[in-house]
Amino acid sequence: MIRSVPRSRLFDGLYLAYLVTFFIYLAMPLLVTAVFAFNDSQFPSLPWKGFTLDWYLANGSEGRTGLFHDDGLLNALWVSTKIAFWVTLGSVALGCVNAVLFERLQFRGKEFLYLLMLLPLVIPGVILGVSILVFYSGTANEVSRLWGFELDVFRPGMTLVVMGQVTFITTLATLVIGARLRKFDPQLEEAALNLGATPLVAWFTVTLPWLLPSIFGAVAMAFLMSFENFNTTVMLTGSDTPLTVALFNRLREGSTPVLNAVALFLMAVSGLLAMLTLRQKRGDQ
Amino acid sequence: MKSSASRLSLWLLLTPFLLWIVLLVLVPHMQMLRVSFQVRESWDTLAWGLEQYQNFFTESYYWRTFVRTGVMSLFTTFLTLLVAFPVAWYIAKMARGRSKGILFLACLIPFWASELVRTYGWMILLRESGLFSSWLQALGWADGPVEMLYNDVAVIIGLVYNGLLFMVVPLVTTLDGMDENLVEAGYDLGGGHATVLREVVVPWAMPGIVSGCIVVFMLTLGSYLTPVLMGGKDSAWFTEQIFTQFITRFNWEQGAALGVLLLVLSSVMVWLGLKLSGQSLRKVMG
Repeated sequence: MIRSVPRSRLFDGLYLAYLVTFFIYLAMPLLVTAVFAFNDSQFPSLPWKGFTLDWYLANGSEGRTGLFHDDGLLNALWVSTKIAFWVTLGSVALGCVNAVLFERLQFRGKEFLYLLMLLPLVIPGVILGVSILVFYSGTANEVSRLWGFELDVFRPGMTLVVMGQVTFITTLATLVIGARLRKFDPQLEEAALNLGATPLVAWFTVTLPWLLPSIFGAVAMAFLMSFENFNTTVMLTGSDTPLTVALFNRLREGSTPVLNAVALFLMAVSGLLAMLTLRQKRGDQ
Repeated sequence: MKSSASRLSLWLLLTPFLLWIVLLVLVPHMQMLRVSFQVRESWDTLAWGLEQYQNFFTESYYWRTFVRTGVMSLFTTFLTLLVAFPVAWYIAKMARGRSKGILFLACLIPFWASELVRTYGWMILLRESGLFSSWLQALGWADGPVEMLYNDVAVIIGLVYNGLLFMVVPLVTTLDGMDENLVEAGYDLGGGHATVLREVVVPWAMPGIVSGCIVVFMLTLGSYLTPVLMGGKDSAWFTEQIFTQFITRFNWEQGAALGVLLLVLSSVMVWLGLKLSGQSLRKVMG
């Protein structure tokens, strides 16, 4: 199976065929989604009726509403962006603090707390959403019933979605930033201290710049994860639906090429973000 | 002085962590557990009881879906491992130079799209008016439209697709670190393909296999989109029932009980996987 071990021609051929099939399997759903975003037909299916940009640009006058004129989808896009912004801010900030806590300090019970930190990764997303819904929305209900006081922030809506997503994205951000901090040579910081820097100055001029690439990576990842999350979000969303939930609701009613247009748009944006992270990583080495 | 300063910084760093883990993870889950044991007697009185759990065991619809979801998730995980292993082996041990990086990247690209987009792509391919159906008819292999969506096979195709990344990456990472001489030594000592695979390669790749399997199993068990959109009327998924209880029926007590059961199932399976393979959560996840 390794190059130096003799194999039969037949085995090689089968292996190659398998690999080709695999990559076709991998590419096909995305490819068809992208292609049908430009099909001049009411449905994303064959036959091909020619190329059109209607699913992006049509203004509704001919019975077609493209993505850029579809207020429902644009609003959902905006809601998702706001959520992703707050989630990124919260989870990356927490991730930085956690990374320093677990990589640089020694304290009793650290091992146990580290395991607690990993916990959100092994809880299904739906359950994370449900538990937050039960606790916070339930508390709001109780408060309203007992004291007639409305705690609207804890009703399903943006705050709860942000809280639900921060719960597990923080763990991922911690792992990304912690991995980089582990490779940092503490002597660099000590050198800064010896040269007269205060701990705070040393942190901001030596350690933080070292961490920046991983923080940037964590930001890109957190933003993408938040934007694409469905399982946790769907349990916590109120009247302002984020994009994934809006798309899901549309998809249940039936599909139109507008959904393909949104899908392609999403792929392009996340592809771009991923490229930026990769380039950053490469430039860094 | 020094120790009080370091104690202060410890607490400064520990506080955000504790707030996060207590307020967003521990307390909500405790409350979910508590609510699952509450029985609504009238609109404003509650009592403690096991009614929700009794419902689960007496209503065959609940526990059948539960078992079905568990079994199908296990099967999906196993299938994902089978599909991913040869690809990971090729990338880690046979591809060289640029092609290695390109193939690895090709495995990652589909996951820049969200689960919803991937599932949607599969729907365009598999449904009655979809691409496969059109191609079959064009080739003359089918007389009319063929519905390939809304059955268990479709669900599994979609779930395996969703899990691949989380299997390929850890497998490539562990296989990359394996010394090829080990494999050659295995053959030199007279082992066949099967023996070398069983005695040398699999034990070496075990950490990657376990971490891949745990993540894929977890994601599959907790997935909602793919089974709901690609499954038919008979292919219910457990998360769908939780969703129905909470959002459609507003029966939070029952929903919480089902949620606790799903959490117990996933925790037990993850724990079993770690125990049986002798791995630790820290090694696998962190």
